[in-house]
Amino acid sequence: MSVRHALLAFLSEGPKYGLQLRQEFEESTGAVWPLNVGQVYTTLQRLERDELIESDDRGEEVGPQKVFLITEAGRNELDTWLNTPPDMTEPPRDELVIKVLAALRVPGVSVHGVIQVHRRYLVELMQQWTRLKEDEADFDLAFALVVDAELFRLDSLVRWLDTADGRLKRAALEAPSAKPGPLIRRRLVARR
Amino acid sequence: MSYLELRQVSKSYGAGAGEVLALSVVNLAVERGSLVAVMGPSGSGKSTLLTIAGSLEQPTGGEVVIDGDALSSMSRNDKARLRRRTVGYVFQDFNLLAGLTAAENVSLPLELDGVSAKKAHLAGMATLEELGLSDRASHFPDELSGGERQRVAIARAIVGERSLLLADEPSGALDSSNGEAVMRMILAACKRGMAAVVVTHDAQLASWADRVVFLRDGRIVDQTVPPPTPESLVAALSEPGPRQ
Repeated sequence: MSVRHALLAFLSEGPKYGLQLRQEFEESTGAVWPLNVGQVYTTLQRLERDELIESDDRGEEVGPQKVFLITEAGRNELDTWLNTPPDMTEPPRDELVIKVLAALRVPGVSVHGVIQVHRRYLVELMQQWTRLKEDEADFDLAFALVVDAELFRLDSLVRWLDTADGRLKRAALEAPSAKPGPLIRRRLVARR
Repeated sequence: MSYLELRQVSKSYGAGAGEVLALSVVNLAVERGSLVAVMGPSGSGKSTLLTIAGSLEQPTGGEVVIDGDALSSMSRNDKARLRRRTVGYVFQDFNLLAGLTAAENVSLPLELDGVSAKKAHLAGMATLEELGLSDRASHFPDELSGGERQRVAIARAIVGERSLLLADEPSGALDSSNGEAVMRMILAACKRGMAAVVVTHDAQLASWADRVVFLRDGRIVDQTVPPPTPESLVAALSEPGPRQ
């Protein structure tokens, strides 16, 4: 979550005070990401310096009585940010993937066992998140979106583990062919 | 005491060199009011476990006990009565009868069990209303959406005084919000005292369960432990703070 752009989004609705922005930030993330006052005012100072927002009184110190407004440049910056997909071209160095790959190399280790340890942990986490959804009365829209995002993220990891488990099982039944490492590297290089 | 128990249950198909072991020494206990999910890949034995638990198939070895009664000691008629009166099944492809309305589909198991048509209809309507489907009661299955069909199938599985719900991939090809609605209904049935077993390969569905059991090659290899409170999860997530 970019605090800078979140604040621009709140200011796009109209002029607001710093404390009000902090409160709206926390509400919009379902109170999952708390934000301290210092972070809010530091970010507002930088936004004002970059002329993406302005305050009702430029002479005063940034404080609770100061009202902030988004500028035209700020609206353009916000629009560009909203419509620019985050860079996902490079696969992240996922510790879970690394552990499973490492398990393949360790003699005497059951990779299926390693996969199951991680699968159980992820499903237990998903059970906790799902419990938060049980009481729909306490489930506001922003929080629902945050919980859904986390459930889908964890679910994608479980699906990867399931696929890896199946792939390893099939590989064990088939005769070993060319080593996969160099082949995968060649394909990644060819795509760039 | 557990409401459903599988004790050392095994199941094999075929014989000799062609024998396939579908379940191997499976132990599973499900209490009243609890929802257990069984996760595993295709071919792991999930559906076999469910059909054996619901007396639709006989185990090759071991015993199934429902509410203290061993299925092996029941006559064919007793088991048929158990399936009509006690056990509700939900299948991936709904299995609704195309020529019957939603209300008729739901009341059918009661009528088959000897309940008068009028009483069965009233009970069916009450269940449909409970699940928010009373306005769809006179519709035929092909007039319902996929989500509605599955909700009618759940109504049929919990109508009357059923106490054991067995569901095989109940969200099937439904989208995630309909899948969630299905699991909410099953969970609500459990909170009213039913025992439920849902088999699925879908972790999002399984995460609605009180306990998730993992099946692999016909064996239970693992299960989740009761999770800590959700509040602790949110608190832990909150610690690092937002990125600038």
